[in-house]
Formats: sequence, C-alpha cells, structure tokens
Amino acid sequence: MGLYLKYKFLTMDALLSLQNLKKYYATQKAVDDISFDIERGSIFGLLGPNGAGKTTLLRMITGIFYPDSGNILLEGTAFNPMLDVEKIGYMPEERGMYKKMKIGEQAIYLAQLKGMSKAEATEKIKYWFKKFEMESWWNKKVEDLSKGMSQKLQFVITVLHEPKLIILDEPFSGLDPLNANLIKDEIYALAKKGSTIIFSTHRMEQVEEICDHIVLVNLGKKILDGSVAGIKQQFKENNFSIEIKAGSSISSNAIFTVINDTDAKYLIKINEGYTVNNVLQHIIEQKIELIGFNEVLPSLNEIFIKLVEGTHAGARAFQNI
Amino acid sequence: MNKTWLIIQREYSSRVKNKRFLILTFLTPLLIVGLIAASIYFSVSGVEYRKIAVIDPNGYIKTSLKNTNQINFSFPTNIDTSNYIQKGYTDILILPQFEKGKKSDYILRSQKSMGLMLQESISSRINSAIEDQMLQDAGIQQNILDSIHKASQVAELKAYEDKGSSSKESNAGLAMGIGYASGLLIYMTMFIYGAMVMRGVMEEKTNRIAEVIISSVKPFELMMGKIIGIGAVGLTQFLLWIILIIGLTSAAAGFLPSDIQSQVETLQQNNGQMAGGMMQANESAQRIYDFQHTMATANWPLIIFCFIFYFLGGYLFYAALFAAVGSTVNEDPQDAQSLMFPITMPLIFSYIITNMVTQNPNTPIAFWASMIPFSSPMVMMARVAYGVPSAVTYWELALSMLCLVAGFIFTTWLSGRIYRTGILLYGKKVTWKIMFKWAFKKA
Repeated sequence: MGLYLKYKFLTMDALLSLQNLKKYYATQKAVDDISFDIERGSIFGLLGPNGAGKTTLLRMITGIFYPDSGNILLEGTAFNPMLDVEKIGYMPEERGMYKKMKIGEQAIYLAQLKGMSKAEATEKIKYWFKKFEMESWWNKKVEDLSKGMSQKLQFVITVLHEPKLIILDEPFSGLDPLNANLIKDEIYALAKKGSTIIFSTHRMEQVEEICDHIVLVNLGKKILDGSVAGIKQQFKENNFSIEIKAGSSISSNAIFTVINDTDAKYLIKINEGYTVNNVLQHIIEQKIELIGFNEVLPSLNEIFIKLVEGTHAGARAFQNI
Repeated sequence: MNKTWLIIQREYSSRVKNKRFLILTFLTPLLIVGLIAASIYFSVSGVEYRKIAVIDPNGYIKTSLKNTNQINFSFPTNIDTSNYIQKGYTDILILPQFEKGKKSDYILRSQKSMGLMLQESISSRINSAIEDQMLQDAGIQQNILDSIHKASQVAELKAYEDKGSSSKESNAGLAMGIGYASGLLIYMTMFIYGAMVMRGVMEEKTNRIAEVIISSVKPFELMMGKIIGIGAVGLTQFLLWIILIIGLTSAAAGFLPSDIQSQVETLQQNNGQMAGGMMQANESAQRIYDFQHTMATANWPLIIFCFIFYFLGGYLFYAALFAAVGSTVNEDPQDAQSLMFPITMPLIFSYIITNMVTQNPNTPIAFWASMIPFSSPMVMMARVAYGVPSAVTYWELALSMLCLVAGFIFTTWLSGRIYRTGILLYGKKVTWKIMFKWAFKKA
C-alpha cells in the first residue's frame, strides 16, 4: 500500500495540493489539518454536510481567507492570492449580482476584475451568451431574471476568463433539468479541455455521476479520500441482487442472509467466509433457475450518511468567526 | 491598484448616471436660488401697510414721531378703541401721560396680529421720538437735532484685522455666515454620502455579490474603491453646484436694469462713492455693491481649499466607519440603526459645537473640537471663516489637518479589518464589541 501511494504521488499531475491546512475560529476548528491533491483535468468532488468546513476550505483555496497554518500549492508553487486569482473561477453557493446593473456591463466588470481587458471580455461574453442562448439579455437587469437564468449567468461569469481551476459550489441548485444538463455538459467539456473542476455539493447522486475523485470532510477533518469507484469498493458490504425464475424461492442459510425480497428479486448479503461461488453453487444445487446475479455497491449517499450520521455537524454554523 | 480603479469607476459611473443624482444635482441650486429670489420677492412685495391712529394725551411726541414707508402715524380726534376700524385705521396706539423718570407702557391694539419686525419698528420709532422730544426739552433746537441725525448717518462700523504691517477689512457677519454654511454643508454631506457608502456595502453583502468580488480582489480594495468612488460623486456634485450657482447668479445679474448695472460699476471704480455730480446712488445699486464688497473681504481661495480638504478628510474619516457598519448588517436594515448611533452621535455633537463656534471662534472648546478628527471638519471650517492667521494660526490649521489625515488613516485601517470579516458573515447579530474584537484579532 505504501509503495502504491508513493507511485501514485509520483505520477499524479497535481494542479492543487493542500498540505496540512488549518483554520481555527474562536470556538471551533473549521478546518483541522486537511491535506489532499487534485489532479489536473479532473472533476473533483468536495463533499460534506452543512457546516463541515467546505466553505472555509474553498475560501482558503480562493484566497479569501488565509490559513492559520499549512500550505496551498497551485501547479507546484505556493499559492499567491494576489497573482493567482486570475487562474481561479469561483461560483459561491450564495450567488449574487448587482440587481440594478445591466447584465452585459456586469459580466464585463466582473471579467475585468479577473484581469481581462474590456475587448477580450466582451468577445468572450458574446461567445458564451450565444452558446447559452442569452444574447437578448445583454441590456436586461438582474432583477428581471428568473433564478435559473441568473444561475446560468453566474456560471458564464465564473468560467469566462478560462480559469485553470473552476470551483463550483452547488452549481445545480435551482436549475431545471434542461439547464442542469446544459451546465453539466459544459463542465465535462471544460474538464476535457484541461480545466480542473472542484465541485462542492451534498447532492450525492450528482457526485456519483460527475466526479472522478472525492474528498469527504466532516467537522473540519477529512474522513474520506479516493476515486468514486475505489470508495465504493472500500465500503461494499458483500451485497448482491439475485433474480430467479418466478415460482421458486430462496431463504437465508449458512452461506448468505436474505435482506430483502420482492417477487422473485432478492437482496442478499454473503456471510463471512463464503464467496460468490459458494452462493452460485448453493442455488444450482437447489435446482433454482437463476435469471440475474449482480453485485450491489453502496451508493455514495449511503456511505455519506453512514460516516456522517450522529456527528451533529449541522449545529456547527458559522458562529464566532 | 488597477482593480481598485475599476471598482472606483463602477461606483462612480453607476451613481452619476443615475437619474436621482442628476435631478438632485440640477434641482438643488435652482431650489436655493429660487428660495432666495422668493424670499426677496416677498420681503419687497409682501409689505404690510399700517395706518395707525395715535392717542397722545398731552401731545408729547406729536411733532417728533416720524412716518416710515410702511407705517403712517396720525393723531385724529374723537377716536377710541371702539371706532378706529370704522374710521379707516388698522391699529390704534394709546400712549400714557409721560412723566419724567417714570417707566410707563404704551398699548397697541390691532385687528390683525402684527409681525415682530413691525412691532420693533414701531417701538423704536416711538422711543426715538421720545428721545428727540426730551432733547428738545433740554433746549436743543429742532434744526440742530435734524442736522445731527443726518450727520450721524454717515458713520458706519468697519472692522479691520491687523496683520503685521497691513490691515484688512473684516466682516464678522460674513465669517459667521460662511462658517455656518460650510459647517452645515459638511454635516449634511457626511450623512448623505456616509449613508450612501453604508447602503452600497449592505447591498453588496445582502446581494451576495461580495463573495464573488472578494474572490477577485482584496476586501480592502473593494471597500476603498467604494469609498473613493462615492467621494468622487460628492466632489462632482459640489463642482456642478458651484458652476450652476455662479452661472445662475451672473445670469440673474444680466436681468438688472442697465442704469443699476452702470451705477454698480461706478461704485466699484470709486471705492463705494458715486462720482462727482451724482449725489446718491440708487438703493439697489448700493446694495449690490455692498454685497459684492462684503463678499470680497473673505479669503475665498483659502476657504475653498479648506472646504475641499475638510470635506474629503471628514468624508474619508466617517465613510470608513459607515462602511464597517454596513458590512456587519444582515438582511435586516433595522440592525444598522443601532450600530450607526455611535457614528451619528459625534456628527450631531460636532454640529452643535459648530453653531457655537460660528459666534465665538476662539474658545477652548472651539480649539479642541477643531483638532479632534471627529468634529474638526465642521468646527475648523467655522473657525477658518474668521480668517487665517487672525482667528486660527497656521500651526493650528496644520495640526488640525494632520490630525484629520491620521484620523482617517486610522478609521480606514480599523474599518478595513472589521469589513473583511463582516462582509462574508451572515446570520449573526453583530455588536460594537464584536466589531472591535475583529479589528484587533490577528489576520
């Protein structure tokens, strides 16, 4: 295992490395010694219940907060908030715009703050507005937009300056399925073009679908780090689904335990000391006709709940910063 | 710095392009000039004419009482309080039997109530009539008395300030007016523009755009951009006001009849005297000349420089504090009210001191209030109007300016630290105690 990690460390092209980051507030450890690497071009999921320390972590990565201790390396060199802001696009969970400002002007202004020239920004905004069918919005004010529309605008503003690192905090909240797909496709396309995406959410089905790699934080500590497939393997509970021909039945025995059965579909757990082959052998011996046999991996949601349950992290709101 | 400049531009142009700004900027001078014109118009055309019947039992002041162009005194017979209205009089004045060395009252009865000015004018007429009568009783003849009255009109108080070898005409009334007006203007602008900064910060926070921007610029840059941008809006407004007022008054001067204009010019050329042949200048021309002459006694370049300096210094001092308060407010604007109290108190207090200082610029409280940055923008302006270095020495002015600069650097630093934490913090009610904790904790 040690050898494997070393090997992995050597080959991985880390865009961002967090090393022993700490940020303590007066009454709580918001981020308590967290380290992980994010591979270039990956879609990375940062998960955690409300108040786990995600926002604080993201604010340190975006240079809004300074860590109390620890290092942040961007492309192998120490992160400098003054210079590196242009490499980052951040879409916070709490999204906001100037309500009275025209959308086009607002997008140009925010792009200029990221270091783009006015001409460059205008050209890029036109490209994205066309792509998202937003061209007619240019002279509208944000207060005239629906929530979903302003969300799309916010996404455009975040990716406009072609940042190397795109941080999206709950990017799909408030979007209808059509627009959610539009954004999702864009996220894939950006990752393909080489952008690295940090995707922070507590919607596990989205993480499972989109992310390559995840980190789970709770109460300021990292409690899980790995690829989605690897983590599922790690937390598998030897559960299988069995479908047999109607009319026959199976029941718990020494080899496996039936957890659930509906019609001729069973969910079983293989008991300690037995393998899949023992189960199959048993079924064949019983002369039961087998239609389907599949491994059931736990969903991230189940893993998440299992790990986080009972920690009362929700109570840790942002008090006493 | 480049990004601060972008923020300044946005703050400035989004406000200057706003319809409210344009309306306020162009209507205010019109309103001021209109008010002045209206008050002049009413003071000229709205005069009340009073015809007063006087009952003077022993005819003591019958010969000495003089009419004015508003008041006509007459001494009819067979008149009393029951019939003066039927006989066409507006008021009736009943004088006592005057006795030497004894104070006695005279009574005025009217159907329409009488203004204070008119009452004072009547009473001064009567008193001077009594005085004249007494002088005549003492043996001074009427024609001598008249010539004394005429002769004494030529003297007028002209106060001069001694400045080393030269002396300069000074005018306490003008100094008071300038001091009061500039103090009031600074007081109002502190409130208007300070509140504008606070609302702007609150808007960014409640809109949640603050976090987007702070991921691109430092909180301090955002705060300074806003403060400077709004300050520039204030300066623009002042500049437009000055241009408009000068434009409007010179346009108004163009409407004066040509003979008055030429008389004013003659007065200017001859240092207040009319040329040989003409005895007396037209009253309006004389007034315009007097006004211009009085205005010229003030040191305008110094006053304008000090005004801009103290406006900017005071604005920067208070705006930073307003920004700090704005950054701590959550969804509920009511929260701002209680937090603003420690900022508005010194402002109101300074205004009260300014009112005192406009009358007496050299008390110890005036000195100290003009040094402390909380009150110096208003109080020092009131003192500077009395003249530098006669009322305020150069070192006092320099020290006051230095204190103000140090003061706004301090409040900006303090507010920057409060703002940095407050702008990203939601859902917590903040007190001044917590704000100070933020200000002095480590980064």
